[in-house]
Amino acid sequence: MYDVLIIGAGVIGCAAARELSRYEAGICVVERCSDVCEGTSKANSGIVHAGYDAPTGSMKARMNVTGNEKMEELCRELDVSFQRIGSLVICMEEERIPELQKLYDRGIANGVKGLRLLNREETLELEPGLSEKVRGALYAPSAGILCPFELTVALAENAAANGAEFRLNTEVTDIVREHGGYIVRTNQGDLRTRMVVNAAGVYADVFHNMVSSDKIHITPRKGEYCLLDTEAGGLVRHTVFPLPEKKGKGILVTPTVHGNILLGPTAAPVEDREGVNTTKEGLEAVLHSAEQYVKELPVRKVITSFAGLRASEDGREFVLGEVKDAPGFFDAAGIESPGLSSVPAIGEFLAEMIQKRGGWRAKEKFESRRKGIRRFLELTPEEQQELLRENPAYGTIVCRCEKITEGEILEAIRRPLGATTLDGIKRRTRAGMGRCQGGFCSPRVMELLASELHRAQETITKCGGNSRMLAGHIRGTDSEKD
Amino acid sequence: MKRIEAVIVGGGPAGMAAALSARQNGLENILILEREEELGGILNQCIHTGFGLHTFGEELTGPEYAARYVEKIEKEKIPFYTGTTVLEIQSEEQSKLKTVTAVNRIQGVFQLQADTVILAMGCRERPRGALNIPGFRPAGIYSAGTAQRLVNREGYLPGREIVILGSGDIGLIMARRMTLEGARVKAVAERLPHPGGLMRNVVQCLEDYDIPLKLNCTVAEIHGRERIEGVTLVQVDGENRPVPGTEEFISCDTLLLSVGLIPENELTAAMGAAMNEKTGGPMVSETLETSVPGVFACGNVLHVHELVDHVSREAEEAGRFAAEWVKKR
Ligand SMILES: Cc1cc2nc3c(=O)[nH]c(=O)nc-3n(C[C@H](O)[C@H](O)[C@H](O)COP(=O)(O)OP(=O)(O)OC[C@H]3O[C@@H](n4cnc5c(N)ncnc54)[C@H](O)[C@@H]3O)c2cc1C
Ligand SMILES: Cc1cc2nc3c(=O)[nH]c(=O)nc-3n(C[C@H](O)[C@H](O)[C@H](O)COP(=O)(O)OP(=O)(O)OC[C@H]3O[C@@H](n4cnc5c(N)ncnc54)[C@H](O)[C@@H]3O)c2cc1C
Repeated sequence: MYDVLIIGAGVIGCAAARELSRYEAGICVVERCSDVCEGTSKANSGIVHAGYDAPTGSMKARMNVTGNEKMEELCRELDVSFQRIGSLVICMEEERIPELQKLYDRGIANGVKGLRLLNREETLELEPGLSEKVRGALYAPSAGILCPFELTVALAENAAANGAEFRLNTEVTDIVREHGGYIVRTNQGDLRTRMVVNAAGVYADVFHNMVSSDKIHITPRKGEYCLLDTEAGGLVRHTVFPLPEKKGKGILVTPTVHGNILLGPTAAPVEDREGVNTTKEGLEAVLHSAEQYVKELPVRKVITSFAGLRASEDGREFVLGEVKDAPGFFDAAGIESPGLSSVPAIGEFLAEMIQKRGGWRAKEKFESRRKGIRRFLELTPEEQQELLRENPAYGTIVCRCEKITEGEILEAIRRPLGATTLDGIKRRTRAGMGRCQGGFCSPRVMELLASELHRAQETITKCGGNSRMLAGHIRGTDSEKD
Repeated sequence: MKRIEAVIVGGGPAGMAAALSARQNGLENILILEREEELGGILNQCIHTGFGLHTFGEELTGPEYAARYVEKIEKEKIPFYTGTTVLEIQSEEQSKLKTVTAVNRIQGVFQLQADTVILAMGCRERPRGALNIPGFRPAGIYSAGTAQRLVNREGYLPGREIVILGSGDIGLIMARRMTLEGARVKAVAERLPHPGGLMRNVVQCLEDYDIPLKLNCTVAEIHGRERIEGVTLVQVDGENRPVPGTEEFISCDTLLLSVGLIPENELTAAMGAAMNEKTGGPMVSETLETSVPGVFACGNVLHVHELVDHVSREAEEAGRFAAEWVKKR
């Protein structure tokens, strides 16, 4: 019997697990995929918004502004890179300038610090990469960027280090109330728990509706992106948004913490909760929109494209907290943007509420810090020599684009909650994320995964399930090779 | 810091021929740095014949061609470090010396001082991203060269039902190779009205095996969530626009991309050498010298060559020019 069972190992589920692991409680995170961060948390803009977007007084506004304030410390504790590069909402038409003022006023009302309205010259001075046609901007210095997988993996690793259990490849199929708690049915058998946190992303309404008569409804809204090569880095120095239209926030252009440029997202409601495919129209719209306000968009530098699904609840508000007619069942539903920005706040908010119900003592030895995988080539010569003595594998470059060594890949596999798939390696080390998108390193990474996990190479997958990389051995080779 | 007269970056056919020629032209102190575990470059995975007709007057396989050069390198006692990736080349204005930074398992990150550097890093394949094909991102999409490596060097079959996008030579050769391994190659799609690879490869690798070559045709969409399940092919007009109504679904578990090669010039560009937009290689003088004095380039890093024999010829020249450059100083 668990004290708290969390459905979903996205950034929200992992944040809740990490905050709850401060207490003497039995915590389990149940995730249907083979790794953490396989849902929306892996495909978003990675922006830590300042907090002027959401309506004043909303949960979204409150969580965003507090989350933003706390993000720096959380990232320091977890060794996650976070860069407060600031954002600009730019206006291209004179007659829309008053809309900037409105955003500014809302930001002030929401408690956003440091906002400034800029005229054309000030805007271009701050961001020379913009089209000369720009008329003015709202500057939010507190906005930042981070890598969403890095944050999710870090939260999960830290939660695990503090005793939270992770059950991967485990899909929740039903939830039944019983005396003193819930039975959570999964494809791996039944699990009993006193309380449940519903952090199932685009599926959160399904679980909510299993226990409550007060129904909610989520529509997935697709956002498509193009990622540009690091060679295009420096195109812009801030996160740049066009003024929001009725349709949505519009296509942003932003640097990433790894020096690429990200363009997107589109916004289109879809039926399919697994529909993370990109579309011709979507990708064209991304490139076309960005071209309108960036001076010279190097469209030929696209190295990959992807799509993510926003979990939009009909009320367009975060649904956070205990479900009225289901005691001990806590929702984190409808967590669309600014969900990532709100992570530190949502994690604490849920944990405090749940701890009040559980009444657990704080752990004496909660470890708030976690160390990331060290990038060999970024270390000092002394540190390099030391690591090399430990394991000569740090001297072999496996990913030539991002310059990732074999030692780093081995570490990604060997850590607690380590990688078991190519995508898992990619998200923990960046091997395969560069210009050639794994063309060069994937055979080598498959080999390392197979030998470390004592599995035949043909069983290695891209991202679990049926995503096998190989069909088998060629004729006449020894099938016992592994 | 160790001082070397000529550091050669890359131990493929270009690097080896350049080293041999530099030695023949009087340089004693030479070092080849190669990131793979053995010399030979891309040739090690090209087990088909068709190499060396010009150089040796006979048809060799890639590894055989490479072996002849490796033998000579060993006979001449030219030192080489394998498993060693070059990370950076810096050129010092005044001394005209170059600092080469590299990494391997034994020395870790180390530096060398070089009078001349010969760039011979070869090329890489154009990846899917550059095409920006819409759809899902399932397993089973490989560049043709990666598939070639898996089959020929590691003994694995990437898939059983194959569609190939692009008709470059590697794609054509892989169409035949996969067929011989029992896979079914259902189509080779080429955006242009003519094949990208050599005519002899079209005949020997496609026609001889009844593999359809679809010209003016490209992949419009990728299907399948976990493993690829199929592609939509579509006809394109003269301006590369899809022609509505010509979509055709083909089921497959593998998509191979053979959509071009790009000279591998990260190091070259980072060093500050002037680049040639057309070839993707550095700009060079008649003596194959880049805009950075004392740095020469040859082989696929300079521009993509069709025949290895031409690579070897060019590299011999580069080796000679580098030797002359050292002696002039
Ligand atoms: C296009 C786009 C752009 C965005 N940009 C930003 C941004 O810039 N800044 C920002 O703050 N926010 C942004 N967001 C929002 C942010 O990405 C989300 O708020 C956040 O990732 C939500 O995390 P989550 O953990 O709730 O969901 P998810 O990451 O989707 O996690 C849910 C998990 O539940 C699992 N699950 C589902 N069903 C089951 C089941 N039956 N059994 C077991 N497990 C199950 C899933 O596999 C998944 O791992 C963006 C979102 C999108 C789509
Ligand atoms: C699939 C295929 C089929 C071919 N078929 C034929 C054919 O039938 N007949 C024919 O004549 N020609 C053929 N060719 C062409 C010929 O093989 C190539 O032109 C030739 O191998 C190029 O030689 P290279 O030395 O320039 O490059 P490569 O052979 O690519 O060698 C470059 C070397 O540099 C190394 N390197 C790169 N970067 C670094 C670094 N930073 N540090 C250290 N080392 C580095 C690489 O590991 C590699 O070993 C074929 C080529 C391919 C790819």
